[in-house]
Amino acid sequence: MDKLLRLLSENSAYTTSELSMLLGEDEASVKKRIKDYEKQGIIRGYQAAINWEVVQDSGVTAYIELKVTPQRQTGFDEIAERIMNFEEVSSLHLMAGTYDLGVTVKGDTIQDVSSFVARKLSTLDGILSTATHFILKRYKDDGVILSDSAKDERCMQF
Amino acid sequence: MEYKNYLNKTIQDVKPSGIRRFFDIVAEMDDVISLSIGEPDFKTPWHIRKAGIDSLEGGKTWYSPNRGFDKLRREISGFASRKYDLQYDPDTEVLVTVGGSEALDVAIRCMVNPGDEVLIHQPSFVCYEPLTLMSGAVPVIINTKEENSFRLTPQELEASITDKTKLLILSYPNNPTGAVMRKADLEALSEVIIRHDLLVISDEIYSELTYNGSHVSIASLEGMRERTVVINGFSKAFAMTGWRLGYALGPSEILAMMTKLHQYGIMSSPTVSQYAAIEALRNGDKDIEKMRSEYEMRRRFVVGSFNSMGLTCFEPNGAFYAFPCIKSTGLSSEEFCTRLLNSKKVAIVPGNAFGECGEGFVRVSYSYSLKHLNEAVSRIKEFLEEL
Repeated sequence: MDKLLRLLSENSAYTTSELSMLLGEDEASVKKRIKDYEKQGIIRGYQAAINWEVVQDSGVTAYIELKVTPQRQTGFDEIAERIMNFEEVSSLHLMAGTYDLGVTVKGDTIQDVSSFVARKLSTLDGILSTATHFILKRYKDDGVILSDSAKDERCMQF
Repeated sequence: MEYKNYLNKTIQDVKPSGIRRFFDIVAEMDDVISLSIGEPDFKTPWHIRKAGIDSLEGGKTWYSPNRGFDKLRREISGFASRKYDLQYDPDTEVLVTVGGSEALDVAIRCMVNPGDEVLIHQPSFVCYEPLTLMSGAVPVIINTKEENSFRLTPQELEASITDKTKLLILSYPNNPTGAVMRKADLEALSEVIIRHDLLVISDEIYSELTYNGSHVSIASLEGMRERTVVINGFSKAFAMTGWRLGYALGPSEILAMMTKLHQYGIMSSPTVSQYAAIEALRNGDKDIEKMRSEYEMRRRFVVGSFNSMGLTCFEPNGAFYAFPCIKSTGLSSEEFCTRLLNSKKVAIVPGNAFGECGEGFVRVSYSYSLKHLNEAVSRIKEFLEEL
């Protein structure tokens, strides 16, 4: 994997000057490569890794397993497109295994999420079944460990 | 009891380590961001740990042969050959020791008689001088210079040789400066060493952490093998500091003496560590590469950051240390480090802890995560602006 992408995926707040030092590449070329990645749609945005656990009123998140009937022409894409356009949906994946679509849904309360599933999601054409799992605690999100980082146990030797 | 009348005079006279004092202050403070530690931040790769666990599960908890397990000595010999073009007979020219430190101690004691002079270039690892003193020999310090990228030059070496000079302790890639000696530098040095018929201990513990080129061992140069003991180990290359395992390579005549000392003083190196080390040498090349490429990135970041702050930093091409010059601040190394610690809670080590000629410099370890380094660098920046 390109090291530039790896570094940005770890910390999108790196300045181009820092990236240039890290990669041993001149700053102009780093800037250009980032622009190119943005143009090609490889870089789609820059987000902060937030520990929602410690934010008041940060709402609830559920992970929903969906079984759906694929359409003859479009397979799963058509229904996926309809689902991803709900603003409650924060991520959506087509899965291999015992269900078809994995949907992450965010809401202010459990009731919000439940009513979204009951009224909007399960009523869509082609949905065979839903299984909703509420997230109770987050330990790690997108590679970021959310608990206080482990103490450096190394002793100071010479 | 008046202990000082009973205890060994030579050992009583050895000064306690200079860094220790500074470390004690750091240890008492909370929330310190430290760039002062001299060991990898990586954990030992899992497959290596697993080999150790398997050996314990299998009940392999006995002593090993004095020299170390035959299998391990063969792997070490193979590793030295494929990496550094060094040929050593695993039966008579390899000794497995308790860390590179034991190899160093045993090698010095086998090579010197009381009164012999031992050449030590500084800034360097803090153990050489005390170990030399405790062996009854006389340490002679050579100060290396920033303008020579802290390499030992043939002129500096020549100027320090007397008719009592027996041994040179060579230490590259260097802790604390990060300096390396390339092949041409070593060749120039070896001419002087051979002409004066000196012995050499070459401490190459950081050999796998060499950047912009690969490590050359002085023992691979013509005329050097017969007079050199190479010291290396698992701590730095495989992130195995706590396993305490190193080794010495050298001519069988010297290794026989060292084995005698090791046999009576230590008996044998830890068995569990030797099993793990066999796995490290057999299947660990990709781990070395992964860690080196990570260090490499941090190295550029730290060196670049110090240079852009105006603390000039020559390019360290080895180990995981940068050695920026802080003379422009008008502070001594200790003042700089103490004030930085007190005002910004960042710990780095005063350069003079590694020899008087380290005054005016500080040792910055980049054996930390980028996130950690980033935070430390911005605190140091603030510190300089407030000076």
